[in-house]
Amino acid sequence: MTAATFARAPSIGRAFTAQVQRDLTIAFRSRSELINPLMFYVMGISMFPLGVGPTAERLAEIAPGVLWVLALLSTLLSLDSLFRRDFDDGTLEQLVLNVDPLFVGVLAKVFAHWLVIGLPLTLLSPLAALMLFLPGAAVPTLVLTLLLGTPILSLLGAVGAALTVGLKRGGLLLTLIILPLYVPVLILGAGAVTAVIDGVDPAAQLAWMAAILALMLTLTPFAAALALRVGLE
Amino acid sequence: MSFTSWHEFLYMGGHYPFVWSAYAIGVFGVVVTLLRPLRARRRFFAEQGQRLRRQSSLESDGGAERIDAPRPS
Amino acid sequence: MGRLKTLWHRLGSPRWFYEISGPWAAGSLIVGLIGIAVGLVWGLAIAPPDYLQGNSFRIMYLHVPAAILSESCYILMGVAGAVLLIWRMKLADMVVAAAAPIGVVFCIVALLTGAIWGRPTWGTWWVWDARTTSMLVLLFLYFGVMALRQAVPREESAGRAAAILAVVGMVDIPIIKYSVDWWLTLHQTSTFKLTSAPSMPAEMYLPLLVSVLGFYTFFFGVLLFGVGNEVLMRERRTQWVTDLVRSRQS
Repeated sequence: MTAATFARAPSIGRAFTAQVQRDLTIAFRSRSELINPLMFYVMGISMFPLGVGPTAERLAEIAPGVLWVLALLSTLLSLDSLFRRDFDDGTLEQLVLNVDPLFVGVLAKVFAHWLVIGLPLTLLSPLAALMLFLPGAAVPTLVLTLLLGTPILSLLGAVGAALTVGLKRGGLLLTLIILPLYVPVLILGAGAVTAVIDGVDPAAQLAWMAAILALMLTLTPFAAALALRVGLE
Repeated sequence: MSFTSWHEFLYMGGHYPFVWSAYAIGVFGVVVTLLRPLRARRRFFAEQGQRLRRQSSLESDGGAERIDAPRPS
Repeated sequence: MGRLKTLWHRLGSPRWFYEISGPWAAGSLIVGLIGIAVGLVWGLAIAPPDYLQGNSFRIMYLHVPAAILSESCYILMGVAGAVLLIWRMKLADMVVAAAAPIGVVFCIVALLTGAIWGRPTWGTWWVWDARTTSMLVLLFLYFGVMALRQAVPREESAGRAAAILAVVGMVDIPIIKYSVDWWLTLHQTSTFKLTSAPSMPAEMYLPLLVSVLGFYTFFFGVLLFGVGNEVLMRERRTQWVTDLVRSRQS
């Protein structure tokens, strides 16, 4: 083993943490932008009692689906910020040129994005669940499905964001592209919560979500990296 | 033959609106799928033929600028 | 093996493909259309009516081929996309471009005929069963690929972006189908099997087979023709195409 090998191995990890730190610092600079997706989540959830009626039974019945769909939509809305700011100021090109396995840089950006959007969403979900009268026994499962699911949403979303990064009105196209891909996660996530309410063990759904997460963790960074290169051509 | 008369065939045991509208859609789909590329190719040759004719006519007068004559669009 | 490799290398030349594919396209189109006509007439007029569904089951001879083809077409797009990304074969991009509109039409036909079939069978125009739901998601996937292709300004980048999306979609399709299937057993709606293939008597099954084969052949022919169009379009400034155009005039 040469010195070069030793010099290379730790620098990937260092590149990862450096990228995460940078993205987090930038994200925390504009506090209002951080809150927006979370506010959207809460506001969107509140629309349902207003639209459907405040009766606890009806709301509790649709709660798993609504909580999941809104988490999905909130993530979708926030995806634009994943690459666009860096694209606009030229930093994205630097990332593509400098970070040697690009998928590491991409993974770092997605991780930072999840820390700032997906994780707070997951932590906020018990409050949202309260607004829709989700039975208390189902709340831990809800949080667990979101904990497994929001990273999948961020990872898949990253591919879509990378594909649409330079395009005008890319936001709407992004949603069109990503929504079909989100269908399995939605079905499994909401299904797990419904299962708990029905008294059924959600182990199958959770296992599937974990498997999908593992699959997406390995595949999507490459797809997103390739898409970024294509987008910056 | 599953039907004993034309009338019976068209009537489809009462299901005629469903069967015939579905078949209309299906046949329409096949026809559209068939005609799109055929028409596109015909259009291609027509347009390219026009373009080449225009090019050769522009070249044949030695490339001289014709300010007075209307430009072909 | 050597012949396969030669074929593979030849596919790198769009011009070679154009010159070879002509007769194959024409032949497949004719054979396919005959197959479709035979299958449909057989299914409409000769096959016996179904014990439960009466005559409306005859829609199956359209619905099933359309559904099968729209799925196969997407997988073909995904494979072609992968070929484009890995080997940068220009022809693969043209296959993606030519296949997408065909697949969309079949997908829409499948959805509409499925809905029309559902009305007399289940009493509703739409039902969220495993097949209709995954077919609807497939339609969304198609739109995504086509929309992305149109939105990217540079032609080569558009092809590669669409290819990435097609591959991701293709990988996701089994996951989608599984989760939708599972979602329905959870909700325990009665899933009527529209095609209970093993228990179908031969008089019903054979015209379906003919119809499906006819549609596949037809699809192959239309695809070859469409790819030929793409070749012409992209190589319109080359000598061989201009010669071809000139020879077609007058």
